Amino acid sequence: MNSKERIITAKKSITDYLNEIWDFKELFWILAKRDILVKYKQTVLGIGWSVIRPLITMIVMAFAFGKIGKLDTNTAIPFTLVVAPGVIIWLFFSQSLQALSQSIVLNSNLVSKVYFPRLIIPLSTIFLGLVDVLISIFLFFIICIWYQFLPDWKLFLVPFFILLTFMAAFGIGLISAVLNVKFRDIGQIIPFVIQFGYFISPVGYLTESVKSTDHAWYYKLFVLNPVTGCIDALRWCMLDDFANFNWDSFIPLILFIIFTFFYSIRFFRKHENSFVDHI
Amino acid sequence: MTVLSIENVSKRYQLNQKGNSTDDLRDTVTRWSNSIFKPSKNHNKKEDFWALKDINLEVKQGDRLGLVGANGAGKSTLLKVLSQITEPTNGIVKVKGRMASLLEVGTGFHPELTGRENIFLNGAILGMQKSEIVKHFDAIVDFAGISKFIDTPVKRYSSGMYVRLGFAIAAHLEPEILVVDEVLAVGDADFQKKSIGKMRDVSNSGRTLIFVSHNLTAVQGLCNKGAYLRNGELIKSGKIDEVVNEYVKTVSKFQLKQNWATPDEAPGNDQVRIKTISLTPNQEILTDNFDTRTPLKMVFEYWNMMDNAELNVSIFLYSMTGECIFNIGDDAKFYQQGIVRVECDIPGDFLNDGSYYISAMIVKDRLAPVFFFEDALAFDILDYREGTDWYGKWPGAVRPKMISVNSVQKELL
Repeated sequence: MNSKERIITAKKSITDYLNEIWDFKELFWILAKRDILVKYKQTVLGIGWSVIRPLITMIVMAFAFGKIGKLDTNTAIPFTLVVAPGVIIWLFFSQSLQALSQSIVLNSNLVSKVYFPRLIIPLSTIFLGLVDVLISIFLFFIICIWYQFLPDWKLFLVPFFILLTFMAAFGIGLISAVLNVKFRDIGQIIPFVIQFGYFISPVGYLTESVKSTDHAWYYKLFVLNPVTGCIDALRWCMLDDFANFNWDSFIPLILFIIFTFFYSIRFFRKHENSFVDHI
Repeated sequence: MTVLSIENVSKRYQLNQKGNSTDDLRDTVTRWSNSIFKPSKNHNKKEDFWALKDINLEVKQGDRLGLVGANGAGKSTLLKVLSQITEPTNGIVKVKGRMASLLEVGTGFHPELTGRENIFLNGAILGMQKSEIVKHFDAIVDFAGISKFIDTPVKRYSSGMYVRLGFAIAAHLEPEILVVDEVLAVGDADFQKKSIGKMRDVSNSGRTLIFVSHNLTAVQGLCNKGAYLRNGELIKSGKIDEVVNEYVKTVSKFQLKQNWATPDEAPGNDQVRIKTISLTPNQEILTDNFDTRTPLKMVFEYWNMMDNAELNVSIFLYSMTGECIFNIGDDAKFYQQGIVRVECDIPGDFLNDGSYYISAMIVKDRLAPVFFFEDALAFDILDYREGTDWYGKWPGAVRPKMISVNSVQKELL
């Protein structure tokens, strides 16, 4: 019998909170599992969609930017390979952001009926996108074999940059999730942001080509986009010595993560107890 | 041993005085910008609403506490505070041991997942470890009676199966304190019986139960302690019978006596005026509340202003829904000017539990209504039962004991 005394009051310390999250780790796994299981229920292709989406995106990107936009003329390696890290990051980032921002509202039945540390819900969304990332990376290997391209040791840094990508999405996603509880406008804004975010992030083109234009001010803004930092970093580690490490976009990314990550958790903690009153 | 102590707990909600429940982003931005430019004018006055006011309550191990009170009394808010869905504004709650709350059956069921997957999902949501769920898995499936459909998505379940599965999971949770809200409102009689039985098992095994229901019969049958909430305040706590009596006394629209001193102010017309009408228990022991056993006596007096009139009285008893349960009258007789007294005995073990009201009609010459005194009396009859473990609503307008039912063993195999 677990007879430790629990005290329910208006104040709770951060260590209590972290301990509680640890106590509910089982729920964390099961929610993640649920999201993955449910995603492709009653579809014919099932998990096949996780293959088709990145594959088609890569092909279309390579075709649109490479062939039509004529960006592939001065690259040393096949343009599909150049596009792949961009697509991997973009799909993961957008999917995580979308899932995070909707996470509380979609689980309102849980939030209003049972207690658990609410942070578990947004945290568990990481796995949904992660499955797709793994499949996309697998696809990348197939493309590598196809083009007989060999990435170097830096490939082992991929998980680290994927994690950074999630953390970048986590900050704004968490704030959106909180706001979405009260203002469903967020549910309208996020898909819209994702739609045009595509074009202001170097998914189908290189950061280099932005730098080489005459508009230096535009480059300065461009590197502030956290997704730019993630894609640049992933290109650096996945594509052998094709791309240099771009500190211009990496430093803003790290600052962005440090700021939004802690701020968003504070913001979330401040509001999580009133979710049930607004949902 | 005290397992749960609630100390000075209050919960405040803020109501927007403007009453705009659809708080959209634009409104907030407008209000915010207004507050910058016109800081003196307070656009958004908040009104406080205290859903719970200074609640103090102790629950001992093995107690079965029933929370009663009208809608909006704060019962659900208290359960939400106890189950940590919302935090109290003031005060603290101390909980010893694992507490599980069942505010809804099948919380978090995902329609696309199978019964099996949902058992694990729901179990984890309710705070069970995976090993516990595995241990109880067969018992859960058995209790819910869905073994054939365990690998079917729950969206294909009938609502009964869905509820049964939800309750089965919760019932196999082994918390030291179980908080249950209105789960009995769902499911058929058989299932209700099963779930009450399960809740009784919980308390018999030394665990603590906190139960909210509008079904007073179930509360009385299941609980030994009670707490009565009204408008967020704890009015009474203690033994369940006393608490339920207190509650029934304050909520029922009892009108057991009407009396007028002079004919001038009394209801009626030129021919008759009502003097008094009353309903009392027709027994030695006087009680505040009537239950199904209580025999009742109605006394009705009126002033007759007519000479040598042939009069009789017709009494109507209606159920709360307005259905006439019976209409019965006395024999017509000739009366002189003065006061006429009518008595009517309603035997015990005749009416079912529920709310009733009585109207009386004075009839002249055996056919012409002189005056119809409508809704003269109103009263509630509480439930009383023994020799049964079933606590659902007893059906029927009447529950007459004068009709006898007997069984004998006719043959031995």
